[in-house]
Amino acid sequence: MTEPKPFVDIRNAQKSYGALEVLKDISLQVARGEIVAIIGPSGSGKSTLLRAINDLDPLTGGEVWLEDTQINKKLPHRQYEKHINQVRQNIGMVFQHFNLFPHLSVRENVTLAPKLVKRLSEDEAEELAREQLEKVGLIDRIDYYPSRLSGGQKQRVAIARALAMKPKVMLFDEATSALDPELVEEVNLVMKKLAEEHMTMIIVTHEMGFAETVCDRVIFMDKGVVVEEGPPSRIFRNPDNERTQNFLRKHLANANR
Amino acid sequence: MNLDFTVIPAYLDVVLLGAVWTIAITVAAALLSFVGGIIFAVVALYAPLVVRLPFRLFAWLFMGTPLLLQLFLIYFGLVQIGIDLPAFVAGVLGLGLHFAVYNSELIQTSILAVDRGQMEAARTLGLSRGQALRKVVIPQAVRDVIPPIGNNMIALLKDSALVSVIGVSELTLSAQLAIGRTYRPFEFYVLAAAVYYVINLGMEAVQRRIELRIAAAR
Repeated sequence: MTEPKPFVDIRNAQKSYGALEVLKDISLQVARGEIVAIIGPSGSGKSTLLRAINDLDPLTGGEVWLEDTQINKKLPHRQYEKHINQVRQNIGMVFQHFNLFPHLSVRENVTLAPKLVKRLSEDEAEELAREQLEKVGLIDRIDYYPSRLSGGQKQRVAIARALAMKPKVMLFDEATSALDPELVEEVNLVMKKLAEEHMTMIIVTHEMGFAETVCDRVIFMDKGVVVEEGPPSRIFRNPDNERTQNFLRKHLANANR
Repeated sequence: MNLDFTVIPAYLDVVLLGAVWTIAITVAAALLSFVGGIIFAVVALYAPLVVRLPFRLFAWLFMGTPLLLQLFLIYFGLVQIGIDLPAFVAGVLGLGLHFAVYNSELIQTSILAVDRGQMEAARTLGLSRGQALRKVVIPQAVRDVIPPIGNNMIALLKDSALVSVIGVSELTLSAQLAIGRTYRPFEFYVLAAAVYYVINLGMEAVQRRIELRIAAAR
């Protein structure tokens, strides 16, 4: 049996800010439909790695590929802009602090990019927005402004906004970290729904329970390297590496406090 | 005391016509200063150096020299290089550009204060930098900058009296015309002051309505 070609392919990713090395030669392959969690202590580089995938934080070395397209191509400015705007349509991203557009209604938040980038008509975009808001359970909030939504609702709108571009991959950067505990579940449910639809997802998270139930594979990062990776059952129950063991022990202790 | 306000009715039409010109010049210059302010702010923040440097010089010229001098330069000076503007246009241009530079300072600060995540979110959706600025960042920056710009616009109304020196018969010059005929400076200057005050109240009312509309959309 031959290995399936990776869908997202990170090759020898390096990132440094001056003398500070944030990513030290990381390679990571994600298959189509796979759901990967990246865990690790803060400052381990996991968010930087995620943000390198759509070139939001450009790497200082290495390559990132989505299918047959190299994302972080070195091109003259104009060409690069054209290229990256094209590529990013395929990569949805959800942020810790939602980053909804506060001056736009929920409808406008979701339809902005489809209309502007994909040049959909008003009606097509509206239909798309309704479909995505239906999926995240917020169709009744379509005329609201973000300020009138709860944190959980904001994040679900942010997910709908990303999905409206019909991305091939979804990146989640600590999507539930800024939420009150009682609001975490509604966002997790939406993410589970996406998992059931076989959306390819890369999830930076502190929620081990969620990672264990939803993800196919867990990557543990520390100090800019991948320390250990494997199926969640093994990483969480029976990690090989001492650093992973320490991290999980501390994390559990904190979670139970 | 030798005051006689009964002279006013005979010249009320002259003064009110002046008020109409004052409003016209203020509104036109305010619009120019607002649109110009946004453009200047984007240039100051994002344009390449070859555009930015001449712009800095231009901004310095408008901020560091008297508005009166700028009006003279535009109206009398430009004729010499073949640009002969009507007084009204010269006045709008002078006032508008002058306040555009001041508005631009406010808008720049406001653009920089918009959360970085807004630009990032827009870019991850595939919007270009220009699209993200136009649709996401600048509308938020402008929304936050309406109250201080309102203050600038009140200053603009008051400074519009300066265009009387290049012969636009706005409120101040109209009052002077009436005074020239009647030799009643106190009465007509008080009248002009009262009319400025009323226009001022009107501008504040407009600003309040804009702010309320923005607040409703939050």
